[in-house]
Amino acid sequence: MTTSTDERHTTPTLIDHFEQGLDAPICMTWELTYSCNLACVHCLSSSGRRDPRELTTEQCKGVIDTLASMGVFYVNIGGGEPTIRSDFWEIVDYAVNNGVGVKFSTNGSNLNAERAKQLAESDYIDVQISLDGATREINDAVRGPGSFDTAITAMENLAEAGFEGFKISVVMTRENVDQLDAFDALAQKYSAQLRITRLRPAGRGADVWDQLHPTANQQRELYDWLVANGERVLTGDSFFHLNAYGEALPGLNLCGAGRVVCLIDPIGDVYACPFTIHDEFLAGNVLDAGGFRAVWQESDLFTSLREPQSGGACESCSAYDSCRGGCMAAKFFTGLPLDGPDPECVKGNAEDLLGNVDSTTTPRPSLDHSRPAAAMTYTPVSITAKPPLAAVAEPRVAPSRSCDESPLAGFARDAHA
Amino acid sequence: MTAVRTTSANESTNHEQPETFPFDTGWDLHEHVQVRPERFGALLYHYGDRRLSFVKSPELRTALELLAASPTARLALSNAGIPEAAHPAHGRALSTLATTNMIVQRQREDHTP
Repeated sequence: MTTSTDERHTTPTLIDHFEQGLDAPICMTWELTYSCNLACVHCLSSSGRRDPRELTTEQCKGVIDTLASMGVFYVNIGGGEPTIRSDFWEIVDYAVNNGVGVKFSTNGSNLNAERAKQLAESDYIDVQISLDGATREINDAVRGPGSFDTAITAMENLAEAGFEGFKISVVMTRENVDQLDAFDALAQKYSAQLRITRLRPAGRGADVWDQLHPTANQQRELYDWLVANGERVLTGDSFFHLNAYGEALPGLNLCGAGRVVCLIDPIGDVYACPFTIHDEFLAGNVLDAGGFRAVWQESDLFTSLREPQSGGACESCSAYDSCRGGCMAAKFFTGLPLDGPDPECVKGNAEDLLGNVDSTTTPRPSLDHSRPAAAMTYTPVSITAKPPLAAVAEPRVAPSRSCDESPLAGFARDAHA
Repeated sequence: MTAVRTTSANESTNHEQPETFPFDTGWDLHEHVQVRPERFGALLYHYGDRRLSFVKSPELRTALELLAASPTARLALSNAGIPEAAHPAHGRALSTLATTNMIVQRQREDHTP
């Protein structure tokens, strides 16, 4: 198998190896349940109600056995709200005891002081609190009433317990891009680390994409902020489409879907990445013969994703080497061809294409576990209040935890070439 | 070419590395580090600070696997089949791994009976 890069190098680069896929994922996401006590308007997995087919405790342990035997270092557990599962802590303990580290994402609703103390004691568990506004107003408009206070309480509990370096995870939206410094200040206040990721039009995110994805000006603002501060924050390597502005952001500049990244959903279905819950990107199920290992190593979908990909119309663009056409999931769920520009192409190359997309035919998620009764409609926050920065005091500590949802987060470009 | 890249973004500006790696002392992988062999070399993951490193040479991976059983880092490199001439380059890689706490200098053993 060759890639275009091979033609310029006698030996494959690391990126070539990653593009051709590894025998086991580096960073993988495992959503344990579709059940959630919140109903965030942009939920990438359209969560809400539990799925009756969700993996049993024993099946989950079987998955962990496989991950351990494949040398998967750690798993990013999410949902839904994973702590809702009554066997959640049992599953976490089982993973840790079998040498698979756990980072779990939570809205904070089950992180009381006692639990925070237990978590702070383990080197093998990391916690990520979701927060989509540095102020109650901005956050709750997206994540629902009370969710800001819940997250802050959890963060206070973690800080109080001495859990340094937990993550505050923010999806960047039109409403919160100008709160970046405020998020950063919050992270400092709680000795946490800021993690920002890109809003994807996946799950219910497709419903609010037009309203919430950052404007072109905000994308530039975000890029400039990342150039200035990117070493201190985690990004899940999710903004590589912005590299087309010029200087490359820290990261590998690569779509890891099915190559070094994948998603296991609550019923055991394996998708190419956390943002592609759709039949088109379904590689198999962990309960199939051969289990997760066979899905990862042999499935037709993942095999094809590891072959050289065509950049299509983008290949003639001067920025293609920087952005590599952007995010597969973002293209797919906005109805764009996978070998064309990202919907947020900073060169503006997607604008005409998006104008021609028939919005009634764009792909919808294959699964929807939203609770109709809990459905929130997004109402733009008219006055974007910036929070006070008075809380900022202590000098910044360099982040010590660089690996994120994508292994490539914080990767030092050219540092050791 | 240095055979290691790490996920630390401020690595390139770190000048704390010693000029020469102390080859003639004993080294171990950090107890919280796991090594995963790969075609290109290995992935190293540190559970303490969640840092990932990429080792870009199968020989260096072998040397890392031999570290604990070797009295000195130099012997680990030699036993991994790395010729003397290539030791300086691998020393730079080891220095990087030491800076990021992936490997740690062995405490001098107490030989008093």
